[in-house]
Amino acid sequence: MKVTIDNITIEVEPGTTILQAARKIGPEVAPPAMCYYEPLKASGGKCRACLVKVTAGSEKDPRPMPKLVPSCITQVQDGMIVENTVNEQVLETRKGIVEFLLLNHPLDCPICDQAGECHLQDFSFQHGVQQTRYEEERRTFEKQDLGPNIQLHMTRCILCYRCVFTADQITGKRVHGVLNRGDHAEISTYIEKAIDNDFSGNVIDVCPVGALTDKTYRFKNRVWFTKPVDAHCDCEKCSGKVTLWYRGDEVIRVTARKNQWGEVLEFICNTCRFERKNTSDWTIEGPTKVARHSVISANKYGANKIVPEFARRLAASQYKDVHEGRDTSQLNIKQLPEERFKQLIPPAGESAVAGIRSIQNWAEDK
Amino acid sequence: MTTERPKILTDKTHIPGIETFDVYRKNGGYSAVEKALKTMTPDEVVEEVKKSGVRGRGGAGFPMGMKWSFLAKPEGVPRYLVCNGDESEPGTFKDHWLMKTIPHLLIEGMIVSSYALGANTSYIYVRGELMYVVRILEKAIAEAKAAGFLGKNILGSGYDLELYVQPGGGAYICGEETALLESLEGKRGNPRNKPPFPAVKGLYQCPTVVNNVESIATTSWIVNNGGDAYAAIGIGRSTGTKLISASGHLKKPGVYEIPLGLPVQEFIYSDEWCGGIRDGHHLKAVVAGGSSVPILPAAMLLKTANGEDRLMSYESLSDGGFATGTMMGSGGFIAMDETACVVKNTWNFSRFYHHESCGQCSPCREGTGWMEKVLHRIEHGHGSMHDIDLLVDVAKKIEGNTICPLGDAAAWPVASAIRHFRDEFEWHITHPQEATRPGAIFKGHMELV
Repeated sequence: MKVTIDNITIEVEPGTTILQAARKIGPEVAPPAMCYYEPLKASGGKCRACLVKVTAGSEKDPRPMPKLVPSCITQVQDGMIVENTVNEQVLETRKGIVEFLLLNHPLDCPICDQAGECHLQDFSFQHGVQQTRYEEERRTFEKQDLGPNIQLHMTRCILCYRCVFTADQITGKRVHGVLNRGDHAEISTYIEKAIDNDFSGNVIDVCPVGALTDKTYRFKNRVWFTKPVDAHCDCEKCSGKVTLWYRGDEVIRVTARKNQWGEVLEFICNTCRFERKNTSDWTIEGPTKVARHSVISANKYGANKIVPEFARRLAASQYKDVHEGRDTSQLNIKQLPEERFKQLIPPAGESAVAGIRSIQNWAEDK
Repeated sequence: MTTERPKILTDKTHIPGIETFDVYRKNGGYSAVEKALKTMTPDEVVEEVKKSGVRGRGGAGFPMGMKWSFLAKPEGVPRYLVCNGDESEPGTFKDHWLMKTIPHLLIEGMIVSSYALGANTSYIYVRGELMYVVRILEKAIAEAKAAGFLGKNILGSGYDLELYVQPGGGAYICGEETALLESLEGKRGNPRNKPPFPAVKGLYQCPTVVNNVESIATTSWIVNNGGDAYAAIGIGRSTGTKLISASGHLKKPGVYEIPLGLPVQEFIYSDEWCGGIRDGHHLKAVVAGGSSVPILPAAMLLKTANGEDRLMSYESLSDGGFATGTMMGSGGFIAMDETACVVKNTWNFSRFYHHESCGQCSPCREGTGWMEKVLHRIEHGHGSMHDIDLLVDVAKKIEGNTICPLGDAAAWPVASAIRHFRDEFEWHITHPQEATRPGAIFKGHMELV
């Protein structure tokens, strides 16, 4: 089956969704997903962040689809043509979705444990606008404890239902769900009872925001100060494959391993997550691969030598704007004064110089 | 003076005691069941309904015969018919009236329709607030069962049907067909993503048809008199009759059965129908099909953009798109005279959608609340000019981007009110003291009829 996403054609299996096909091509064209979570059955279709435009339904029926479609649950057809990042309507709608998701979000990133690995942060940074038009009061909730190790801070929740599907998947009974409706809806366990299950901790990992947090890790550290390390142990309940988060010599957090889309590879048990916090409990495999642009890799592994992708892109786009309408055909990019580049990124020691070099390289490649 | 109007649903409703089985049967009731089960095959019934061209009366106006023909029929899998009686649209009260007045008409339609679709178990999902209607229907079902029209081997034809009434939980969203199915399954009433459509995977993941009360009640007449006779009533692709629940500043509000194609002017002003606007007042605006459809100023409602008379039909009401038209919707006809405040009305509708949004998808969950709060501010004299454009933009961001039509339903009234009554919004912002005074009437440039 052939599908074309943003002018890139790829061969996929029947039954693949647009989102999965786009992820196969790469992160540049993959639509963002706030509620879709591949390991969780029935997830997706709710946040509308991944809406894309289908300009041709299939080879047989090349009519465009009238509305934007959620790419995470729409299966590809042979010869389908999809527009994601190249479609103005899609990008405009996505801006709207960011705005909607942030309406009732407290934006307390400075004190939120999820900051740095928060999907909503990434999403709004990449697709949102810098200002809000919302002047009204935001909804707030009291914090709740779901058992001894998990805290629910409903105010931050974006109602992606991922934790609900996780709870459905790990327990036979419906112990965790959504109460009320509309913007006053809240996730909750059955009359504030704990989710009494050995795998309940996984709701922390699937939460895209800081609504469900690990009480053994709360306020201990910022994620970008910690070093993630892959490790495993012989666990009788789960696969034992985890990521340890070190601060100095101390394991301050244990999470499941995640792929590049932030999806858990294998669910881990609560014993591994909350109780095994000594290096001696684990066999270390090596440093966790962290995406280069992620804030987690900042200050580590020589990452300070690398300018984050976004700054480069921002600088490059501004660089282009400056020369719009001017005849640049005779212009040799190497001869441009270095001051021009210095304006683009605030100078901060060596890394700024490295950044400028990388922009120069980038511009030359172009 | 009045010509003989075709009556399909209301021809027996004036008979005292029609809600009981005996009176209904004596007056020709259940003849459609006899005719269908004894002389027709299920496919023949479907064919008659197709020929009739009857369109779904719940709001979308999708041809019912076509919907029936989409029903998947895999071997060994039960099929279901579900009647949507969760009428909660503000301004619409026709199904409620029909179910309580003549419950057997619906049950007769359910039997005929279930037979046509090959369903052996069917459900009537009734709005939760209407518990007394649930009891009326349950009593009627018991009577029909005792008379052999329900249960095993109906009238010796070998066809079995069990009919159940399910009261809803009291949520507007459960009137959306997939949310209704979720609710019927005992889950939280969240709409499902489509596809798969209910015709393929509906109730309990089996093929299901969901139809409105009025649509199903119509089928017994179609079986008795034939699809062609039904198609002869009405105009163009809007065939048959439609129940209109007229409310607002009319002399005679109520439920009327109109032949489709009736001029709007006649419907409002003729003594046969609503009898005009209450004395001393003039028509300012109309919401023609329940709160979800765009509001129209009086002049635009009575005449289309081409200057033709607007008719009560699916095509004529939507003539001109959303720029100058509206929709037939579910037939909740709300008329407002010049004392009505469009801003307040829009805020009220918005408040309703904010309260009823299921909270599943983000544009609707957050957007409805936002619009409500902004409208509340404008209505109470704290608005600013950019709020109007903000509302238009938010409505645009919601529309078409949600799982179910509730997002559209919340966005359209706001967008249309601003499109047609922008002056009034601006007046609320520029003259807050005047506008928030009790009984304030906007005296802008506006054509009253």
